[in-house]
Amino acid sequence: MSRQEQPVDVVLVGLGWTNAIMGIELAQEGLNVLALERGEDRDTVPDFAYPKMADELTYGVRYKLMAKPAKSTITVRHSLVETALPYRHLGSFLPGDGVGGAGTHWNGHTWRPMPEELHLRSYVEDTFGKNIIPKDMTIQDYGVSYEELEPHFDFFDKVLGVSGKAGNINGKIQEGGNPFEGPRSSEYPLPPLKRTLNDTMFSDAAKAQGLHPFPLPSSNASEAYTNPYGMQLGPCNFCGFCERYGCINYSKASPQTSILGALKQHKNFAYRTGCEVIKVNLSDDKKTATGVTYIDGNGEEVFQPAKLVVVGTFAYNNVRLLLLSGIGQPYDPVSNTGTVGRNYAYQMMGGATLFFKDKVFNPFIGAGSNATTVDDFAINQIDFAKEGFIGGSYLLAAQTNGQPIHSLPLPPGTPSWGAGWKKAAKDYYGHSMSISSHGSNMSYRDCYLSLDPNYKDDHGLPLLRLTFDWKENDLRMTQFMKHKVTALAKGLNPDFLKVSFKDIGTHYDVRPYQTTHNVGGAIMGTDPKTSVLNRYQQSWDVHNVFVLGSSSFPQNLQYNPTMLVGALAYWSAKAIKEQYLKHPGPLVQA
Amino acid sequence: MKRNLIMMLLPLALFATTAAQAFDKATIEKGEYLSRAGDCIACHSIPNGAPFAGGLAIDSPFGKIYSTNITPSKTAGIGNYTLAQFDAALRHGKRADGSNLYPAMPYPDYAILTADDVKALYAYFMEGVAAVDQQAPTTALSFPFNQRWGISFWNWMFANDKAYQPQPSKSDNFNRGAYLVQGLGHCGSCHTPRGIAFQEKSYDESDASFLSGGKVGIWQAPSLRGGDKGALANWSKAEIIDYLANGRNNTTAVAGEMTSVITHSMSYLTQEDLAAIADYLKSLPGDGKALAMTAAATKKTSDELNSAKVGINSGARLYLDNCSACHFTEGQGAARVFPKLDGNALVNDEDPSGLIHVVLAGARLPSTKGAPEALAMPAFGWRLNDDEVAQLLTFVRHAWNNQAAAVTAEEVAKVRQTIPQSVMNATRP
Repeated sequence: MSRQEQPVDVVLVGLGWTNAIMGIELAQEGLNVLALERGEDRDTVPDFAYPKMADELTYGVRYKLMAKPAKSTITVRHSLVETALPYRHLGSFLPGDGVGGAGTHWNGHTWRPMPEELHLRSYVEDTFGKNIIPKDMTIQDYGVSYEELEPHFDFFDKVLGVSGKAGNINGKIQEGGNPFEGPRSSEYPLPPLKRTLNDTMFSDAAKAQGLHPFPLPSSNASEAYTNPYGMQLGPCNFCGFCERYGCINYSKASPQTSILGALKQHKNFAYRTGCEVIKVNLSDDKKTATGVTYIDGNGEEVFQPAKLVVVGTFAYNNVRLLLLSGIGQPYDPVSNTGTVGRNYAYQMMGGATLFFKDKVFNPFIGAGSNATTVDDFAINQIDFAKEGFIGGSYLLAAQTNGQPIHSLPLPPGTPSWGAGWKKAAKDYYGHSMSISSHGSNMSYRDCYLSLDPNYKDDHGLPLLRLTFDWKENDLRMTQFMKHKVTALAKGLNPDFLKVSFKDIGTHYDVRPYQTTHNVGGAIMGTDPKTSVLNRYQQSWDVHNVFVLGSSSFPQNLQYNPTMLVGALAYWSAKAIKEQYLKHPGPLVQA
Repeated sequence: MKRNLIMMLLPLALFATTAAQAFDKATIEKGEYLSRAGDCIACHSIPNGAPFAGGLAIDSPFGKIYSTNITPSKTAGIGNYTLAQFDAALRHGKRADGSNLYPAMPYPDYAILTADDVKALYAYFMEGVAAVDQQAPTTALSFPFNQRWGISFWNWMFANDKAYQPQPSKSDNFNRGAYLVQGLGHCGSCHTPRGIAFQEKSYDESDASFLSGGKVGIWQAPSLRGGDKGALANWSKAEIIDYLANGRNNTTAVAGEMTSVITHSMSYLTQEDLAAIADYLKSLPGDGKALAMTAAATKKTSDELNSAKVGINSGARLYLDNCSACHFTEGQGAARVFPKLDGNALVNDEDPSGLIHVVLAGARLPSTKGAPEALAMPAFGWRLNDDEVAQLLTFVRHAWNNQAAAVTAEEVAKVRQTIPQSVMNATRP
C-alpha cells in the first residue's frame, strides 16, 4: 500500500521548460500546484558555478548533468523484426535530468517553426498533390496554426530574452533578418550577439550566392535583460561552455534563469526532487486521472492525488508514462491501429569543416547560439515535386566552443593518434570553421515507440523501445543540402574541406552525437484515431491529463524544437485557464 | 536632547481608555506595513523561526543581547501590554515593568513615530500576529551593562522623544522620506557614526554627521548622503528606489547586512514611500565622499587587462581568471546583474573586510517581488589562498577609478576565520 500525500489541484510530472511554464501560469491562477522531479535540484549557484562548468571531461564527455542510462534508458532497433538493445552509453542524444531538464544544457537556438510546418500534410497535398507523399510516410497537421500560436511565440521570445534580428514583422520584410520566416508581431527583445570571423566569412559567401544570411536567434543574451516575470539575464561572455553545461553566467535562458525564481515566490507552488513518477492513476472508468504514483528518494511508493495531471518530462519519457499508465491505445504498426508511440521522428543533420592555414578563428570565443544562418532551403522554399523529397534545412556557420576533446577538428587523412595527430592538432587548432545543415525528419509507419518486452528499469518496469531508421526521403533531403553546403564551402576556398552527410542507405547510428531533438510518440492532432492529444495537448482519452513537449510533434521541424515546445505549453496553459477550469472535460469533442 | 516628562506622560493619559478595543482590518494592515518599514521581524525572529518570537542574538560591544518575543502571547510576549505600554517600549525603550530596554532596540529612532502609526503597529502586534508562548532567552550582560537602570542616564543624554514635526517649507515627499528614514527605517542606527557612548551622533539632517556612514561588524554602512559630491550623488532617484526594492540597480548589488534589510523590510515598501526616501536622501548635502570618476582611468585598466600582458602571478591575472567573466575587463559589470566594480563603494571602503568576505564566501541577492531572481556570486574561498585574495583585491582597489589601500594576507586570514568552510566549499567542483 502506498503512502498517500495531501491532494493538490495540479501535479506536474517533471520540472523542465514545459512544466516551469505550466507551473507559473497555473500558480498565477491561484491553483495549488506541485511539481515532482525525478532528478536533483539545480541552480546556477552552486550547481553551475564558475569555474567548475569549464570541465569538458566531467560535463562534456562524461555527461554529469544528463540522465544516467544505468538507472533508466531506452532500447533501440532499426526495424520491426530486430530485437532492440539498450542505449547503454549516451551518444546520439542527451536526455536531461534534474530541475531545469534539458533546458539547462541546451545551446539556446530559438527558432519558430514555419507556418507551413504546422500543417505540413495539408501544405504538401495542396501545393504538390497527394501523390508525392510516400505510402508509409505518416506526416500530419498539428491541429493548431502559426497564427494561433503567434502571441505565445512572442511572449516566449520575451521570457527567453532572445537576441536576434526579425525578418518579417507583421508581413513587412526586414533587412538583415530571415525573409522566409512567418510574420512576427514584434522585433526580438535583444539585438543579435556580436559576430565572430566565421560569421562574417559565411555571411559574405552566402551573399555572393544570392542567399540571405542572418544571425541565428539566440537564447544566449547579448545584453543584460529583465523578462516579463522580472527574471534576469546577464550578457553572454562567449565562454564557450553552453551545450552540455549549465551557464555559469546567468546568460543562457533556462527554466532557472527565466522562470523558476519567480515561480518559487508563489506560496501555492511547491516541488519535490528525487521523485520519479511511475504511473498516472486512473478512475475505474479510465475517463479521468486521480493523481500519480511516484517513488520518492527513499524508495518509498507514494500516491499523490491531484485534479489535473500535466506530464512534462523529456519527450520519449512522456510516451513511456502514458504506456505504463494505460492511457490511450498503444500503437501497433502492423495493424496500423492505436496511437500511443506513433510517429516518432528525429532530426537530419550534416556538415562540412573548412580548414584554413592562414586564418585564426579563436574558437574558444564561442557561444551556443553564436552562428550565422541562411533559410533559403527551408521547407517553404523547396519544390518538393521537383526535388523528390519532402523536407528542408537551415544552414549555419556556428562557433560554439573550442573545447579540446570533442571540438578539435583535423584535416582529412590525419592519423587518429600518435605524433602525426599531435602535429596536426598543433597546426590546425583554431584554423577551422564549420558549415552545417539542420534539417527536418518526416514520420513513418514503422518508426515508433513501444514498451520493450525484454529490458526493465531499476524499478522493474519495462524500458521504452525505439524502432527507427533513416528513410530515403530524408536522406535525399540531406544529399540536396550536401550540394548546397559544399558550394558555399568551396566559395570560401579552404585549404582542406571535410564533408560529412549521410548517404542513401545509411542506417541510424546511436553512437555519434546528432541532436537531442527526439519528437513524437504522443502527438497532437485533429483525429483521435491518429493522435494521442487534441489540439490543446489534452489526452483524447483522459481529459484531465495534458502532455507537453516535443512528444506532441507529428513529425520533426527543420528547426530546433524549444520555441515550439514553449509556445505550445503557453497555448495549453491558456486553454486550461480560460476553458478547462470553468468546464472540466474534453476541450474538443472526438 | 533631554527627555520632556510632561510630553511623555501626555500620550499615556490619552491612550489609557483605548487599549482594550478591537481594531479594524485596515488599521491592522497599516500596522503590518509599518512593521515592515521598521524591519521588526529581522531582529525579533530567528531564521526559520516563528515570526516575532524573538531569540535572535544581537552582538553588541557589551555582549550578546537577545531580542524579545513580541507576539501577543500573554505569557511569553507582549499580550498584556496596553497601547500606552507599547508606546513607551517602542518610542522610549521602557518595558511594561518599568525597566529599560537596551538601545539595541532603535527606540531613539522610533521616538518620532506619530500616535496614529504607533496605534496601527499596536493593532497589528495584538491582532495580526500569531501568539507564540515560547520565552526568548534572557539577555545577561556582565556588570556594569547588566544594570539596566543606568540606561536612563543614556536616554536622558541621547534619546529623542518627540513625534516627527513636518517641515512646512519642504515637500510632502521630503517630509514623508525624512519620517521613514529617521523613524521606522532607523537607517541612522547603522549609517550614522556612533559617538563615545555608542549613541548615534545625530538623528536628523540638521547635523552633517547624519547618515554619513557607519560600521556593522565587518561591513561598511556607507554614507547615504545624496547631494552634490555626496556618496550617493551618482545614483539617480530611480536607482535608489531599485536598490531598496530589489537589492540591485544599474551599478551595484547588495551584500552583507543590508541584504536582510531589503529582504524583510525595504522590498515591501510602496514605490511612493521608496520615492520619498530617495528624495530625502538626495536632499542631504554632499559630504565629498563621491569618488571622482574619469573615462581615462577606466580605459587605462581595461587596456592593461585586454592586452593580456599581465604577470602570471599578478593581481591583474587573478582578476582575469576569476572575476572578468562577469565583471568584465572594463570593470563595468552589467546593469542589475553584475555589480560595477569601477568606483564601487564596497570595493573602495577603507576597511576591506566586507569586500574580502564577498570574495571568500560569495554573496546572494534576495528574491524580491520586483526582482525574483536570487542572483549569486559563487564563493572563491576554496580556490584562492590568502595571498592570492590579497593580491587580487589590491589590484581591484587600484584598478579603473578605484583608490583604496592595499590588502594584506593577514587581513584576508582574519575574515576567513569567520566563514564556515562549508560556505566556502559550496561551489567547489
